[in-house]
Amino acid sequence: MSTVSSVAPRSGRTTELVLVLGAVGIVGLAYVNLGLATTGTVPPGLAALGLGYLGVSLAFHVVLRWRAKYADPLLLPIVTLLNGLGLVMIHRVDIARGRDIADGVALRQLMWSALAVAIAAAVLVVLRDHRILRRYTYVAGVAGFSLLLLPLLPVIGTSEFGSRIWIRLGPFSFQPGEIAKISLAVFFAGYLVQTRDALSVAGRKILGLTLPRARDLGPILIAWLASLSVLVFERDLGSSLLFFGLFVAMLYVATERVSWIAIGLGLFGAGAYVAYLAFAHVQVRVLLWLHTFSPEALQTSDQLAKGLMGMAAGGMVGTGLGRGRPDLTYLAESDFIISSFGEELGLVGLFAILVLYALLVERGLRTSLGTRDGFGKLLAAGLSFSLALQCFVVVGGVTRVIPLTGLTAPFLSSGGSSLLANWTLLAILLRISDHARRPLPDESAQSAVGEARTEVVKLS
Amino acid sequence: MLSELTLTVLRLGLLVALWAFVFAVVGVLRGDLYGTRVRKRAGTTPAKGNPAPRAPRRERTPRPPKASKGPTRLVVTAGPLSGTTLPLRSSGTLIGRSPECALVLDDDYASGRHARIFEGDDGRWMVEDLRSTNGTYLGATRLTEPREVAAGSVLRIGQTTLELQR
Repeated sequence: MSTVSSVAPRSGRTTELVLVLGAVGIVGLAYVNLGLATTGTVPPGLAALGLGYLGVSLAFHVVLRWRAKYADPLLLPIVTLLNGLGLVMIHRVDIARGRDIADGVALRQLMWSALAVAIAAAVLVVLRDHRILRRYTYVAGVAGFSLLLLPLLPVIGTSEFGSRIWIRLGPFSFQPGEIAKISLAVFFAGYLVQTRDALSVAGRKILGLTLPRARDLGPILIAWLASLSVLVFERDLGSSLLFFGLFVAMLYVATERVSWIAIGLGLFGAGAYVAYLAFAHVQVRVLLWLHTFSPEALQTSDQLAKGLMGMAAGGMVGTGLGRGRPDLTYLAESDFIISSFGEELGLVGLFAILVLYALLVERGLRTSLGTRDGFGKLLAAGLSFSLALQCFVVVGGVTRVIPLTGLTAPFLSSGGSSLLANWTLLAILLRISDHARRPLPDESAQSAVGEARTEVVKLS
Repeated sequence: MLSELTLTVLRLGLLVALWAFVFAVVGVLRGDLYGTRVRKRAGTTPAKGNPAPRAPRRERTPRPPKASKGPTRLVVTAGPLSGTTLPLRSSGTLIGRSPECALVLDDDYASGRHARIFEGDDGRWMVEDLRSTNGTYLGATRLTEPREVAAGSVLRIGQTTLELQR
C-alpha cells in the first residue's frame, strides 16, 4: 500500500525575487530600446523610473514575505512584467502623440500603478483569511449589482465612446464595472457554496445531457436578465459577456454539470441575437465586426481596420518598439494596446504576452485546485476565469473573433480603475494561494502540547 | 545616431528576453507536475504535508513491529490490488472500500468496512468479519466470529485474496 502526499511546498519567495528582478530588467530593456529607437539616446529618466518601478515591486514582494509567506511565487513576477510592458507601450504612444512625459498618460498610469500596488498590499495586510469574505456574501452581491448599474444613474453616469459604463464625480471618472467584477465573484462564490447541492440535482435527460430541474433555473435567469440589461442599457457587450460568463463558469465549477454551460451559452446567444434585431447600436457593432473593411463600416469607425493593419505591418517579429505607427489607431494605449504590441513586438512578442496571461490564469486555477475550502476554491476559480474571459474579450475583439467591445486588457491597458481592480484581484488570489500552499500544522507538535503535563502555577 | 544593427539586436533581444522569462516561469511551475510523491506507507505515517523538506526522496523502510515471530505484513495475492503489501499494526488493520481503511479495496464485492486484522491478547493475529455483505473467507470457511490467522493462511474478500506473510 502506498500513500500519495504533496511535497512540502517551499515558500518560493526567493524564486519570486529573482523573477521579479528579471521582469523589471525586461521592462528596463524595453524602455531603453524605445528611447534608442525614438531619440537615439538612452532615456534620461531611466534610472529614476527604473528604480521607482523596482522599488514598488520589491515593496510588494516584502509585504508578501511578511504577510503571505507561502503565496504563489509566480503571480507577482508575471503581473510586474505585464504592468511594466503596458507602461512602456503607453509611454510609446505618448511619444508618438507628441506628449511630454510630464503630462503624458504614462506618468499617470505609473502613479495609478503605485496606488494599485499600495491598495493590493493593504488588502493583503488587512485580509488575513479569505474566508472572512464569505461573511459579506450578500453585501458583496448588492454592492456588485449596484456598481454594475451605477452608470445608469442620471447625474454621475456618463456615456463615453458609445458605452455608458463610466461614472464621473467632479474631475474623477471611474469605471465601476471593474470593481463589480470582484464583488460579484465573492457573491457568486458565497452563494454557490451554499446552493450547489440543490443546483446539481439531476433533472430530465435530453440528448445525453442531464438538465437541471426547472425550478433551479431561477438564479441563472436572473443573472441572464442582469447581463442583458447591461448590454441593452449600458450598450456594453464586453461587461455583459464578462459577468454572465463569470456566473456560468462558477456555476459549472460548483456543480460539475456541463448542462449549465449549454444553457448559459444558449441563453446568451438568444439574448444577444434578440438585442441585435432590436437595437441599432448592437447592429453597428456587428457590422463593424463582420464587414470591417466595407465602406459603411469604415465611415462609422476605422479603428478596428487600422488595428488589424497595424498588426499585419508588425508581421512575425514586429517593427521594433518606437518604429511602428500604433498611434494611428484611436485608443492605441487602452482598448487597442494588444494591436500596438502586435505591431511593435510582432506575433512572437504578442504570443509571449498571451502566454503570460495563460500562465497567470493557470496559477489562479492551480490555487483553486490546491485550496481546501469550497468558498476559496470557487472564488479563486471565478477570479482567474474572469481574467481569462476578459483577455478573450479584448483579444477576440481586436482580432475580429467576436464583436469589439470596450474592455481593458488586464494590467496592460491604461486606466486607473482597471489597474486598481486587477491588482486587488491579484491580492485576493495571493491570499488564497497562501492558504492553499501553506503546510498543515504539524500534528506531532500539536499532540506534544496536548500531552504536556498540566503545571500548577502559583500566582501571588 | 545609433546604427540599425544595435537597434535590431536590441529589439530581437527583447523578444528573446520575453520568452526566456516565460520559460523560466514554466520551469518553476514544472513543480506542479512533480508536486506529489508516492511512497510505501510506513509503520509511522509522517505528519501529512510536513515531511522533511531536505530529503524528499528518502524512502522509509517499514520497521517490523514484531521482529522474531509471527506474520509481519499483509500481502494481496490476487485481485485488482494484487501485489500490494502493508505492514500489520497491532492496533488493527481495517480492510474495505471506505477511504478510511488502511487497505482500500477497489473491489465491487467488498463492503465499506469489510474486515479487520488485529493482534489478540496473547500476541496472535486475529481476523474479524465486520458484518460484510459478501463475507470474509478464511480458507474455505466463511467467518462468523474472530479467528486466528497464521502466516500463509489465505483470506478471501470478494475478488481479492490476501495472505499474511512473515
